Amino acid sequence: MSDSPPAPRTDKPAGKQVDLLAALKEAALAAAVAFALFALLIGVRTEQGPTGALVIATRFGMLSAFVAAAFAGRFVFAVMRHRLAIPASLFAPPAVKKIAAALSPYLALVILIIALIVPVLFYRNHYVLDLAILIVTYIMLGFGLNIVVGLAGLLDLGYVAFYAVGAYSYALIAQDFGLSFWACLPLAGIFAAFAGLLLGFPVLRLRGDYLAIVTLGFGEIIRLVLLNWQNLTGGPNGISGIARPSFFGLPFNSSANGFAATFGLQYSPTHRVVFLYYLILALALVTNWVTLRLRRLPIGRAWEALREDEIACRALGINTTTTKLTAFAMGAMFGGFAGAFFATRQGFISPESFTFSESALVLAIVVLGGMGSQLGVALAATIMLGGFELFREFDQYRMLVFGAAMVAIVIYRPRGLVAARSPSVAMRERKAIPADIVRNARTESPA
Amino acid sequence: MEYFVQQLINGITLGSIYGLIAIGYTMVYGIIGMINFAHGDIFMVGAFLALIAFLVLVACGITAVPLALLIVLLVSMALTALYGWTVERIAYRPLRHSFRLAPLISAIGMSIVLQNYVQIAQGARVKPLPPLVHGGYTLLEGNNFAVRLSNIQIIVVVTTILLMSGFSYLVARTRLGRNMRACEQDIKMAALVGIDVDRTISLTFVIGAALAAVAGLMFLLYYGVVDFFIGFLAGVKAFTAAVLGGIGSLPGAMIGGLLIGLIETMWSAYFSIEYKDVAAFAILIVVLIFLPTGILGRPEVEKV
Repeated sequence: MSDSPPAPRTDKPAGKQVDLLAALKEAALAAAVAFALFALLIGVRTEQGPTGALVIATRFGMLSAFVAAAFAGRFVFAVMRHRLAIPASLFAPPAVKKIAAALSPYLALVILIIALIVPVLFYRNHYVLDLAILIVTYIMLGFGLNIVVGLAGLLDLGYVAFYAVGAYSYALIAQDFGLSFWACLPLAGIFAAFAGLLLGFPVLRLRGDYLAIVTLGFGEIIRLVLLNWQNLTGGPNGISGIARPSFFGLPFNSSANGFAATFGLQYSPTHRVVFLYYLILALALVTNWVTLRLRRLPIGRAWEALREDEIACRALGINTTTTKLTAFAMGAMFGGFAGAFFATRQGFISPESFTFSESALVLAIVVLGGMGSQLGVALAATIMLGGFELFREFDQYRMLVFGAAMVAIVIYRPRGLVAARSPSVAMRERKAIPADIVRNARTESPA
Repeated sequence: MEYFVQQLINGITLGSIYGLIAIGYTMVYGIIGMINFAHGDIFMVGAFLALIAFLVLVACGITAVPLALLIVLLVSMALTALYGWTVERIAYRPLRHSFRLAPLISAIGMSIVLQNYVQIAQGARVKPLPPLVHGGYTLLEGNNFAVRLSNIQIIVVVTTILLMSGFSYLVARTRLGRNMRACEQDIKMAALVGIDVDRTISLTFVIGAALAAVAGLMFLLYYGVVDFFIGFLAGVKAFTAAVLGGIGSLPGAMIGGLLIGLIETMWSAYFSIEYKDVAAFAILIVVLIFLPTGILGRPEVEKV
């Protein structure tokens, strides 16, 4: 018996059994890596003991759960990888694709209509309104940064600086000179634009990542100055009691000359929230409109040319200095507007609100949206901030999931959600340029 | 004078730590041209691993400080290197041929993940560690001011010098170093002549993370506290150092690190401690105005 070859027990071909073995091996390796990664950080917890010194407690249960999860996950992945080549049509069946293609010219319009009726739909729901205001604020910031990163191709990691300059300009001017929101708004934009020029000058000669680190440093400088210039900015305590916005002079309160009384309405605090929503929506739409118009002007064309190839740009006689400076100033101005809005909405600002993570979030919105795409920015901001809110329940895991989602989205769609680019200039008809043939010199490695 | 010498010593110690982290940035940038934003958090993970490894050793009854330190050093280097490898494998390798901002966003995401992972696993509070290395020497005395050179400062600087020379040797003389330099010059050509590009890039991340782990241990010993947020500021400063020295250049990273450490220390000592980071960034901007590619950076060749 022993000398006869053992009959195959299953009817599976041998190749698949080897596959299984390989999958087991792979899974074991993953489990080993997971064990090494998590052994100290998950398996051991450090706590402050009664004397103040650190004591350790072990969490072997949790550690083994993590290792088991890594093993199982990797095993399933390895087995499925070959058997189940997931067809792309599963995610987007042809019918859905057809509908999407038919809708896509109107998508912007649909989104606009939804955005306009949000306060009507959710009039009683403050939570949704607040979230909508937050999302539109980030859409506006995304539009502003899109000018710098998406159109001009200048990587800016310190965009939050202009947001901060706008917010503090508004707060200080409104408090010290008693000017109204509508008078302060342009001033905040102008101050932010000057901050943009201030940043623009030293970085004119820099390229790529040198530029990135200087903008990051600039953002930190602004934040640290706000934090430490106690006399002017109140330091870490920030500025509170910032004037709330009024409806062109009519305050949102229950007084006789308030908004509600003038229009014969029952006073409700919701009026202000709805007004704020439409205010930021209008600001965002203006930003969008200006950006779209600018793309048709020589300056907008120059920005895009600069993004594609700086050397060719110079060869054509485009003044790269003014082109870069205007891009910085324009982007900064819209950031400043958004900052002024932020200040009037919160009524309180402090340097806490203007950390690097805000810049990173706005940049992520622009890149994940698909650089240069206005629609993409709106979609990405909605998805990221809306998704972030969905995880409110899992308070401490929220940021973890947020970071992981950023990695996952960028790996799944490296060119962003709306990757196709519509040409600024076209011969006869505008055809979308598919993502895989969009290449630009300044933002892409030649490899 | 004595005060100045003391600040010089402090600045060099701090600069050594920045330099060790900066190496990781500059190597990765040199080879694949990306800013590895998660590197600062790898440094933080290294510091935490060192702290926990030390506590575990104490719990196991190993209390002889030199032996414990050596084990902690090796353990945290190995495990942090594994973190570096994993991060590269998960978040950067799938984006190898993608456009350039994609890995940057992925790195920012990874940095958020690492920070929050450590915060959840170990808590948000500051973790103190009693000083392990005591003693030192008094170098100068006068004007009621004694210049002290503590043993821990000696350890930090000597370790840095040893690692730097070892690492320079690795890059200049070994096969791996040659592969790394080849990849830095031209990834495609390197692959054509038979260099395993993926492996070389992985090893770059591994080495960078191991050096960051050493920096983490030094930070832990020098300051005696860690928390989950130390990675951000240290990372930004180290990246600033790498850019200041000329990104892609190894001696540049070290010089940049020392400069940033010295600027920070001197500014805190003579002007105001609140504005020390402002000073560091401002000097970066000023240097880049006059030397757009950093102190030792190669000028970029413009090809048309």
